[in-house]
Amino acid sequence: MSNLPTTAASSRLQGVESPGTQQFLTFTLGGELFAIPIEHIREIIEFGGLTEIPMLPPFLRGVINLRGAVVPVVDLAARFGRNSTEIGRRTCIVILEVEQDSQMVALGIIVDAVNEVLSVEPGQIEPRPSFGAKIRADFIDGMISLGERFVIALDIQQVLSVDEMAALIGMNPHDELATAQA
Amino acid sequence: MDMDMARDALVQESRELLAAMENALLEIETDGVSSEAINAIFRAAHTIKGSAGLFAFDRIVSFTHIVESVLDRVRTGKVQIDDAMLSLLLNCGDYIGALVDAIQNRTEDTEPDADRRAVLEKLLGAHLEPAPAVAEPTASSLATTAPDHGPGTEHIEGSGGVDSDNWHLSLRFSPDVLRNGLDPLSFLHYLTSLGRIVYLHTVVDTLPALSQMDAETGYLGFEIDFESDADRAKIESVFDFVREDSQIRILPPHSKIDEYIALIALMPEPGRLGDILVRGGALTEVELAQALDQQHDQQIGQKPLGAMLVEQQVVPEAVVSAALNRQKQSEDKKAHEQKFIKVEVSKLDQLIDLVGELVIAGAGANLIANRKKDAQFEEAAQSISVLVEHIRDAALTLRMVPIGEVFQRFPRVVRDISRELGKEIELIVTGAETELDKSMVEKLADPLMHIVRNSMDHGIEGTEARVLAGKSPTGMLRLNAYHESGSIVIEVSDDGRGLNRERILAKAIERGLVTPEQILSDNDIFRLIFEAGFSTAEQVTNLSGRGVGMDVVKKNIESLRGEVEILSKEGQGTTTRIRLPLTLAIIDGFQVMVNDEVFVIPLDLVIECVDLAGHDARHNIVKLRGEPLPFVRLRELFELPSLEQSRESLVVVQFGQQRAGLVVDRLLGEFQAVIKPLGSLFSGIRSISGSTILGDGRVALILDVPHLVQQTTQQQSLAQSGKSAGFLAHNKTVDL
Repeated sequence: MSNLPTTAASSRLQGVESPGTQQFLTFTLGGELFAIPIEHIREIIEFGGLTEIPMLPPFLRGVINLRGAVVPVVDLAARFGRNSTEIGRRTCIVILEVEQDSQMVALGIIVDAVNEVLSVEPGQIEPRPSFGAKIRADFIDGMISLGERFVIALDIQQVLSVDEMAALIGMNPHDELATAQA
Repeated sequence: MDMDMARDALVQESRELLAAMENALLEIETDGVSSEAINAIFRAAHTIKGSAGLFAFDRIVSFTHIVESVLDRVRTGKVQIDDAMLSLLLNCGDYIGALVDAIQNRTEDTEPDADRRAVLEKLLGAHLEPAPAVAEPTASSLATTAPDHGPGTEHIEGSGGVDSDNWHLSLRFSPDVLRNGLDPLSFLHYLTSLGRIVYLHTVVDTLPALSQMDAETGYLGFEIDFESDADRAKIESVFDFVREDSQIRILPPHSKIDEYIALIALMPEPGRLGDILVRGGALTEVELAQALDQQHDQQIGQKPLGAMLVEQQVVPEAVVSAALNRQKQSEDKKAHEQKFIKVEVSKLDQLIDLVGELVIAGAGANLIANRKKDAQFEEAAQSISVLVEHIRDAALTLRMVPIGEVFQRFPRVVRDISRELGKEIELIVTGAETELDKSMVEKLADPLMHIVRNSMDHGIEGTEARVLAGKSPTGMLRLNAYHESGSIVIEVSDDGRGLNRERILAKAIERGLVTPEQILSDNDIFRLIFEAGFSTAEQVTNLSGRGVGMDVVKKNIESLRGEVEILSKEGQGTTTRIRLPLTLAIIDGFQVMVNDEVFVIPLDLVIECVDLAGHDARHNIVKLRGEPLPFVRLRELFELPSLEQSRESLVVVQFGQQRAGLVVDRLLGEFQAVIKPLGSLFSGIRSISGSTILGDGRVALILDVPHLVQQTTQQQSLAQSGKSAGFLAHNKTVDL
C-alpha cells in the first residue's frame, strides 16, 4: 500500500468501508478496458438517443432526460483525445455522480460496452505509470492487475471535472465572445 | 419542539416584526403620528421581547424592554414623538436586528456592539424621565400604599423565589422630606449600621431642569440591595420617621418573583426599575424576563393587575384602558394571523417540481392520445391537461409574493441616504402589490438597492442646483412595478440631472470600448455604463460609488433571465427599467424545428410567424411590412448540417426595443415548458438559456433570444472586419 501514489484520489480509492476488497465496474472503450470504483456509479442505461447541444466541443455529446432530470453526457473517448465514440448495439450510458462545489452532480459517460464488476484486493492495485498509458496521467487513479493484463482505474473526479470541462466549453471559438464578456 | 427550529422561527418572526416596526415609524414620519402606528411599533417591540424571553435571550429582552418602556410613554402621550425620537427608535430597531442576527449566528452571549447599545440606552433613558407635572402627583398618591407584609411574613420558600441573598429596598422619599427636616442621606447612613449596602442606585427621574429645581424639595429615590442579618422589623424601623408620606418598599431575600413584579409595576418608572434590579443583583436577567413575562401574562390574561393598579391609584385609568386596548388588538391580530399558514419553502419547491413533472407527463399523454385517434381518450386527456394547467397556475401563485416585500426597505434607505447626502428626496412607491416569484424577490434586492443609491447619489442634484435648474427643491425618486405581457417591469426613476451622453461616450472611447467613428443611439450609449469596469476612475464620483458597478446589476438581472435598460433625458432625469419573467420555473414556449432538433422560444418574445420567401439572398434582411428586419438562420448559427429544404419560416421576436427574425424549418406551436437548468457545465453557452423535456421524453433547448441575436451581431461584425484571428481583441469593440 505504501507504494501507492499519495494523491487524494488514491487515498479515496482505498478508503472504502471494508478494508481490503474494493469493487470496480469495468467497461470497454475503443477496445480498451477501463474501471471505475463502483460507489460513483448511480445506474447504467441503454443508449437511447440524446439531444445535441450546438457549438460544444466533441467530448460533450449532449443531454439526456433521466426521469425528468436533464443530465449531460460526456463522450469519454473524445475526452481522452481520441475519436468520438460510434454508437453501436451495446453502447451504454453510465450515470455517475461527481462532486462539484460540495454538491453531487449527475453526469453520463458513453461507453462501448459494460463488462463486469470486479472485486479487487488492495495488492492488485499498482500505482499509475508516469507515461505509456496514452491518456492523461491525472485521469488515472491506479492500475489494476488482472493476471497478465492491466485495467486502468480512472480517477473519475478528474476525468469529469466540471470546472475543467466548463472552461473547455468556454474556449469553443463561438462562445469565446460570450465568455470574454461574462 | 426542536430548539433549532424554534430559534429559526424566533429569528424570522422578530425580523418580520422589526420590518413592521420600521414601516410604522416611517409612516409616522411621512403621515404624522397615529395611534395605530404607535401601537404597531409597541406591539412589535413587545412581542419580540416576549418571544426572546421564552428563550432567555437576555440581551435582547433587556434592551427591548427599555425600548418598550419608552414606547409605552409615547403611547400614553407622556413623551412626544419627534424627529429625533424617530431616528432613535429606528436605530434601536436596527440594534434589535443586530441582536436577532446574533441569535441566528448563535453568538447571542456576546453583545454585538456594546458601545452602540450604551449610547442608545442613554438616549432612551433620557425619554424615560417623567415630566415633573405627571410624576409628582403619582408620587404622593403612592404614599398611601403600605408594605404588603407585616413583620415575620417573609416568603422564603424556594419555588418562585429569586436567587439573591440580599434585601431589596425601594425608597421614594416624599418631596417634602427636606422641609420636614429630615435628610434622606441620614437614613442611608443609619441603614449601614444594620448591614452593608451592596448596591445603590439613585433614581433621579423626577429631578427637574436646574432652573425649575426647588432646593427644599426632595427629588431623589433609591434602589438598594442590602446585605444584613437584621429582621424585617428592624430594617423597617429605620424608616419610621418617613413611613407616613414616603414610599418605602422592602423585599426580603429570596422574595417571590411576583413581589418584584408588583414592585416594578408600582414604581413610577417601571421601565428602568427592572434593569436597576438586575444591575444591583437583586434579580438575574432571567428572573427579570420571567417577571416581565408574568406581568405581561397578567395584563393580557386576567386583568387583575390592571384592576389592582387602579384600585391602588397607582396608574391613571387611561393607562389601564390602553393596556386593555392592546390586549384586544393582540387578539385581533391573532385572528388575522390564522388566515396564513407558514410553509417551508422547500416543500413548496418540491410541489412545484412535481407539478412540473405532471405537466411533462400530461404532454406525453396528450401526444399518445393524439396518435391513437381515439376521440374519448383524446377528450379525457384534454380535460386532464386543462386541470393540470390550473394546478400549475395555482402552484405557481403559491410562490408569488408582492414586490412590496422588496420595496418596503426603501423608504428607510431613502430617508437615511438623503440625510447623509444632505439632499431632500421624496420617495414615491407605486405598484407594490405587483406579484412575482419569491426566489426572484430575494435576488432583486441588491440590484435595486444599487440603482436607488446611484439615483440618489449621482442622479438627483443638491437642493441649490435643483433650484437653479428651475426644479422643485425636493428631488423625486419613484419606484414602480407593473405587469406587462407575461413579465414584470420594475422602474426606478428620478428627476435628477440625467446621464451625460457626451461624457459617457468620451469615456467609452477613451477606454477603447467604442471607436469614435461608430454611430451610436442614445440607448447604445447608456448601455455602456453596464460594461464591466466602466464605473471606475473618474466615473466613480459620477455614476457609482459603492465598489459595485452597474455591470453587476446587469449580471444579476440577467441571471434572473431579465433585462435592464436605461432611459435618460439630460437635465430631466433617468429611469432604469428592469424587465423580469414572472417565474423561473415554467414558461410558455413556442416550439420550432431545425432539421430534427426541437428548440423552444419563450412565447412572450414571439410577435408573429411568417413564411420566408422571396428575400434577397445576399443579405439576411427581409422586408416586413415596409420595415427592414434582420434575421438569423438557426441552422447557420448552430452549425447544423444543411438539408434539402423546401420552405423556411420566419419567427419574428421582440425583446426590449429590438426586433429580429429567427429562421427555422418548421413551426410546432405553443407548449408549456418546464425549465430544467443545464447546470454549470454549460454556463459558457449564452445563446441557450436552459432546457425542457418534451412530451415524448426528449430534451429540447430553450433559446436565449437576446443573447443569440447579440452573438450573431458580433459574428457578423467579425466576418465584415475580416480579422477572424484577432476577434478576441476585437470583441470589445463589436460587443456594443
